[in-house]
Amino acid sequence: MDVNIQFRKEGNLLIGFIEGEIDTFTAPTLREELEKIHLSTEISVELDLSKVSYIDSTGLGVFVAFYKRATKENANLKLVNLSSRLTRLFEITGLSELMDIEEGGISHASI
Amino acid sequence: MRAFDYIEIRVPAKPQYVGVIRLTVSGLASRVGFSYDQIEDLKIAVSEAVTNVVQHAYDSYDDGEIVIGNALYDHKIEVMVSDYGNSFNFEEIKSQIGPYQEDENVELLREGGLGLYLMETLMDEVRVNNNEGGVTVFMTKYVTREQVKDDDETITTLSNIQR
Repeated sequence: MDVNIQFRKEGNLLIGFIEGEIDTFTAPTLREELEKIHLSTEISVELDLSKVSYIDSTGLGVFVAFYKRATKENANLKLVNLSSRLTRLFEITGLSELMDIEEGGISHASI
Repeated sequence: MRAFDYIEIRVPAKPQYVGVIRLTVSGLASRVGFSYDQIEDLKIAVSEAVTNVVQHAYDSYDDGEIVIGNALYDHKIEVMVSDYGNSFNFEEIKSQIGPYQEDENVELLREGGLGLYLMETLMDEVRVNNNEGGVTVFMTKYVTREQVKDDDETITTLSNIQR
């Protein structure tokens, strides 16, 4: 039960691959890692959630906080490769209306 | 003979045990016969309740414990999450819990985030009881024999039950 994030930079696009379970135990680690990201108008961030096996409201809160910071810094943020479970959770909480999310199936590894 | 098997889990109110509870309840739910999606819903709801206790416990006292009572029936599971330091009489506490009402304590939970909202959405019944400084969340989920294909339909059904 842990969470990991690996980054890859491609020009102005920063892709973060998140893996593991995001709950009240692991959320602080993820929050710290996301806080380290330097955001600006020129930066686009994509967080790949294909390997997130579990998330609850604490985890959603981490993404909400990061989304708020991205909006403040005028950076572009997108959550990609969500499983149908994750997509459903974003939908029932209303977050899918707020944030830019994309359900899985599309491989971003080849971009 | 009781109509259900009762399994009680007791852990320190610390974040590192929330995942352990989640996995344990998941295992119990698979014995009842829930589908994958239903078990995933249950895992989130139970984690939300346990997380509430952990966060509350961290504010007030360090050596608190969480008690999770699970009643396994033929076609449903009842999960009770309590921050009482002692084991509780499941049926006694269950009988004390009335219909869910929008009282102050629930408002406090709601302000804490999406936790209670998710519990209510993902479970068939949720009751919150607050007495003697302790909070007990009581949740029920039924096995749906027919698989509902559309997720939106599932949510509509659940909210209908709540009304």
